[in-house]
Amino acid sequence: MELLGSIIALIGSLFIFLGAVGILRMPDVYNRMQAGTKATTLGSILTLTGIAIGHMFCGCGLKVFALIMFIVFTNPISSHALARAAHFAGIKLTDKTVKDCLAQDEAEIEGDC
Amino acid sequence: MAAFLIFCKLDHKGHSQRNRAVAMDTMTIAGISFIVFLSAYLKRIIYVDVAIVYAIISFVGIVAIARYLERGL
Repeated sequence: MELLGSIIALIGSLFIFLGAVGILRMPDVYNRMQAGTKATTLGSILTLTGIAIGHMFCGCGLKVFALIMFIVFTNPISSHALARAAHFAGIKLTDKTVKDCLAQDEAEIEGDC
Repeated sequence: MAAFLIFCKLDHKGHSQRNRAVAMDTMTIAGISFIVFLSAYLKRIIYVDVAIVYAIISFVGIVAIARYLERGL
């Protein structure tokens, strides 16, 4: 049981590390947010689950579950607020961007979004 | 553990305010996992409560920073 929890926690750490690499390598604020939020959410879920499985004797499973649910609920909200702030502050997209649906909606251009 | 250390080293590359805000968002989530690792390593259950309070404070701080960057105080 200890080994299973350790393996799951290690996979979660790997996902958090990939999120860090994504933040370093991506060209744009929005791409960085995409990489840094999703990978980190999955990584923290796996890490906390692995610790709760591996150390089941401590009786902290309910607290860890509450922490996981809090992260799942609040992490998309905070990333959405940051993306909205970056968009309305006029941060430019990269040159490789194909489509910007929110700018089309604001300019009321008809298109397939 | 090594992944967290490398992450803290990588994460200080921010050029504008928004990049720093995104990096801080990710870094606090990694810090929560690090605190829970520490509580399992030292066998102190009370540190999980510290992680919960840290999560709440980081969420409120990120939302406040985002509102400030959007339209000012």
